[in-house]
Amino acid sequence: MTTDVHQLDDGAWISVNGSREVNVSDLWRLAQTDFCGCEMADFLAEGFVKVGVDYPNIEARIAGQCIACGEHGVTDWLTVGRVVDPDSGEFYGVVHESVHFPGKHARNGASE
Amino acid sequence: MPSKVEGWKDEAYGNEVREHLLEFAEQGWDAIPADEHDAWFERFKWWGLYHQRSGQESYFMMRIGTPNGVIEPGQLEVIGEIAMEYAQGPASNPEFGDAYCDWTTRQSIQLHWIKLEDIPDIFEKLESVGLSTQQACGDSWRNIVGCPVAGKDKHEHVDAWPVAQELHETFKGNDDYANLPRKWKVAITGCDEGCGQGDINDLAFEPAEKHGEVGFNVRVGGGLSRKEARLARDIDVWVPADRAADVAHGMSALFREYGDRDDRFNARIKFLMDEWGPEKMRQVLQDEFVDFELETAGDDMRDEYTYNSGGNEGHDDHVGINEQPDGNYYVGLNVLVGRMGAEDTLELAELADEYGSGEVRLTQRQNVIIMDVPEENLGDLTSEPLLEDYSPNPSPFMRGSIACTGTEYCSLSIVETKNRQVRYARWLTDNVELPADHEDFHIHLSGCTASCAQPQIADVSLRGMKTRKDGEPVEALDIGLGGGLGEDPRFADWVEMRVPADEVPGAIRNLVNNFKRLRAEGETFRDFVEARDEETLADLVEPEETDYHDPYMHNTKMTWYPYAEDDDMQSSPAPTDGNGQPLPSDD
Ligand code: HEM
Ligand code: SF4
Ligand SMILES: [Zn+2]
Repeated sequence: MTTDVHQLDDGAWISVNGSREVNVSDLWRLAQTDFCGCEMADFLAEGFVKVGVDYPNIEARIAGQCIACGEHGVTDWLTVGRVVDPDSGEFYGVVHESVHFPGKHARNGASE
Repeated sequence: MPSKVEGWKDEAYGNEVREHLLEFAEQGWDAIPADEHDAWFERFKWWGLYHQRSGQESYFMMRIGTPNGVIEPGQLEVIGEIAMEYAQGPASNPEFGDAYCDWTTRQSIQLHWIKLEDIPDIFEKLESVGLSTQQACGDSWRNIVGCPVAGKDKHEHVDAWPVAQELHETFKGNDDYANLPRKWKVAITGCDEGCGQGDINDLAFEPAEKHGEVGFNVRVGGGLSRKEARLARDIDVWVPADRAADVAHGMSALFREYGDRDDRFNARIKFLMDEWGPEKMRQVLQDEFVDFELETAGDDMRDEYTYNSGGNEGHDDHVGINEQPDGNYYVGLNVLVGRMGAEDTLELAELADEYGSGEVRLTQRQNVIIMDVPEENLGDLTSEPLLEDYSPNPSPFMRGSIACTGTEYCSLSIVETKNRQVRYARWLTDNVELPADHEDFHIHLSGCTASCAQPQIADVSLRGMKTRKDGEPVEALDIGLGGGLGEDPRFADWVEMRVPADEVPGAIRNLVNNFKRLRAEGETFRDFVEARDEETLADLVEPEETDYHDPYMHNTKMTWYPYAEDDDMQSSPAPTDGNGQPLPSDD
């Protein structure tokens, strides 16, 4: 089974294999990013703009704002979870409060 | 490449979805295959059903579209009964109880906690009195909005109500327009006060005169969502009333053909307007979508617009008692944040029958109007106990408050909204005095940038955010100032960002006091804001803790329901079966 990922309700949440898995309104810690001038961005997720798969990672580019400095925009690709076994399709979300490193991934390209 | 949602819509959308919906309802929640949930919930929107947020699986928000906000005699009672019987969930709201109706900013009705299994019964009841949920959500012609007292207003130059009805009848259930790239919001107004809010709709008909006849000028491409607020732009077209439907056909067909189906974030016609500009929009409409020569714009009445113009004149929000052309009166009642208990709704239906014609209307400021009250009934009506809670003469902060759905039910939300705004309005009423010449002072709270509460056109605009207080994340609001409509509409300037929600009432108090201290003689709040730059304004806001207490500072979106005793996401009973009994979750 291929992993089916998309954003719905205007980017409110990410569906992974038909299940509602990642939601807006959480705070994410982003490091080594040029999203803003902060050493560690304190990023409020307001909308999922693009989602993609880079096996085993489920990735997203997220619109939102650093609540420390106020900079807003869209992040680079960020791992939001993993589907290690495509046959079971089970999704393991990352802990959004821990530190994340956005970058250039989503090999299997973006779906909306 | 067309988006995923477009693919689902190609397989099934529009009228045909009803059959599937009713079949699923007969069989129960489990009948919807788990891997088809997303597709079906997207399609159900077309029939006015929106799956509630995470933690509330299997429960739906149901929207009933009432064109121009007109609730005909006999309908309100049915709405109240449905709310009472079916719109009760597993937990109660501390301000509003177990069952309630929401009157919305687009003159529609929203109910929550609706079970799939109950939908056939609800549809039957609604349809028995001519109501429907068809096209209340989804990529379709949405509920048509307009001046809430259309046809019964002394300020009217052309009766827009029959035209609104014609549009409603033409475009509801019309397969040619059933699958648009995105929502399609239309406003039509015949009065000279500007209360149709055409400027923030995709397509607007506004009264204008040509060849001595009052018809409509046409504007296109308004909308508030995301951080991409746009005012509808004048496409230099005038139509007589009997041709309005032809232009509506043409514009919505243009949108159907040229709207962006690859990227839903770019689909609304406001983005096509950005790309094309009004001249090309008019040209394409003329060349490809209408078969008669379009006339150029007529003389509009915008310089007379009083509605939400900041000037504190005119009927504005329609709250209060006003005479109709037939000598009867309409009585506009304030409904704080647009939410009314089901019992109160039933009582309202009774009063409307007893003292008026039974007709009730909804405004775009989340209020209700009892229509057709003979003068001799006014005294008895206004001494009814219900009017103590829903006053025709409310204090300015009660009157000016609008709030969207927020974290209570909505997936997109960042913060709690309605209950917070109720607490704000009470605190402000007790603690802040506006200048006597500011009876209308609008505070709109939206839980996210989708802007359902239309914050950008309020005097004080509040938008959901987060911040940290003593290191802990708390719910916060961005504060904007000085938005409004009128002849020259203006979106709010966002001046103070990420204010902890418990410091917002203090900020508004300080702002109002600074305004009173610094304003020129007779200066309106809107002019006061317009005359100052953002930095100066930011200094006047001064967020501050006060004795206002906010019980929703924590991340209410992480709860399954913000007001439940045990609000932990893991404690959610959802999904449940048709009797509300928890089902094993497949998520
Ligand atoms: C379950 C709750 C709701 C959800 C998930 C929801 C979703 C959305 C979304 C996604 C948008 C922005 C997208 C767009 O405009 O294209 C939006 C905008 C809007 N919604 Fe809602 N909404 C909800 C409740 C409401 C309510 C209660 C109202 C009041 C009638 C409302 C009226 C509006 C309005 C007026 C806008 C601004 C659109 C514009 O003119 O650009 N929505 N809503
Ligand atoms: S403004 Fe945002 S939070 Fe409020 S109802 Fe609309 S989508 Fe939901
Ligand atoms: Zn930052």
